[in-house]
Amino acid sequence: MIGLSHYLTVAAILFTIGVLGIFLNRRNVILMLMAIELILLAVNINLVAFSAYLGDLTGQVLAMFVLTVAAAEAAIGLAILVIFFRRRGSIAVDDVNRMRG
Amino acid sequence: MIAIIAFYLFATLTIAPAVLVIFARNPVHSVLWLILAFFNAAGLMLLLGAEFIAMLVVIVYVGAVAVLFLFVVMMLDIDFAKLRSGFTRNLPFGLVIALVLLSEIIIANSAWKAGPALSGHAVAQSAQPNIVALGQLLYTRYLFPFEIAGLILLVAMIGAIVLTHRQRRDSRGQDISRQVRRDPKRAVRNQQPGVGEGMTL
Repeated sequence: MIGLSHYLTVAAILFTIGVLGIFLNRRNVILMLMAIELILLAVNINLVAFSAYLGDLTGQVLAMFVLTVAAAEAAIGLAILVIFFRRRGSIAVDDVNRMRG
Repeated sequence: MIAIIAFYLFATLTIAPAVLVIFARNPVHSVLWLILAFFNAAGLMLLLGAEFIAMLVVIVYVGAVAVLFLFVVMMLDIDFAKLRSGFTRNLPFGLVIALVLLSEIIIANSAWKAGPALSGHAVAQSAQPNIVALGQLLYTRYLFPFEIAGLILLVAMIGAIVLTHRQRRDSRGQDISRQVRRDPKRAVRNQQPGVGEGMTL
């Protein structure tokens, strides 16, 4: 029978893949943003699983708020990416050191 | 039985595309794998009885976020092969970190004791549909956070517009207020005066 720990394991694997994606694609901001979306998806799966197995809908409400923040974050991140590309002509982020101070 | 098969199907089809998102060479392919992962995560949420969140994931993630990613990837002219230069160098270290993190989370999951409410593995079926119950909770107890969420979306929208808006000098648009402000007395007119009447000396 599928229990809570199965869902938690799936979410843990998804979360780890997201973290690995941020580690591997250090230069590519688009892939980093996609990895962040994967992490937030893992968090959502966790929240919904706990909500279902506790019989409490609060987790689903929280998942909705996480979804909202994820959408806002993607919009702002991609807007910053577009203006960065317009200025520099590239999206390599490992040599962004203009604001060193 | 069918629920177990569906769970393993959805779980596999969530995790495998997520791996391909990370390792795909073409970022357009990564976005398409991301869409597949989102769809199957929505399937997992359906299995848990959270229909509204599942549909919301499909609408928001696939319909808005993934399409936004697709637009940006296709719009920007980027040499993605050059961006992958540090990939193999980071791979061993990243894999070690990921494995340590994964084993930690899984050990913590298995060490965690479920409380009495969690001992039954069946999902509690309430009398109301999921959407009705969620709406009643959202518009009463969580009304204020709900409004804040709307405010966050508004700020994000305005921020995205302000960031990407630019004045283009080479385009010749219509300036309506200038047209309305135009005074006929001060305008240039085409006239045909007779000989010697055109100007006073």
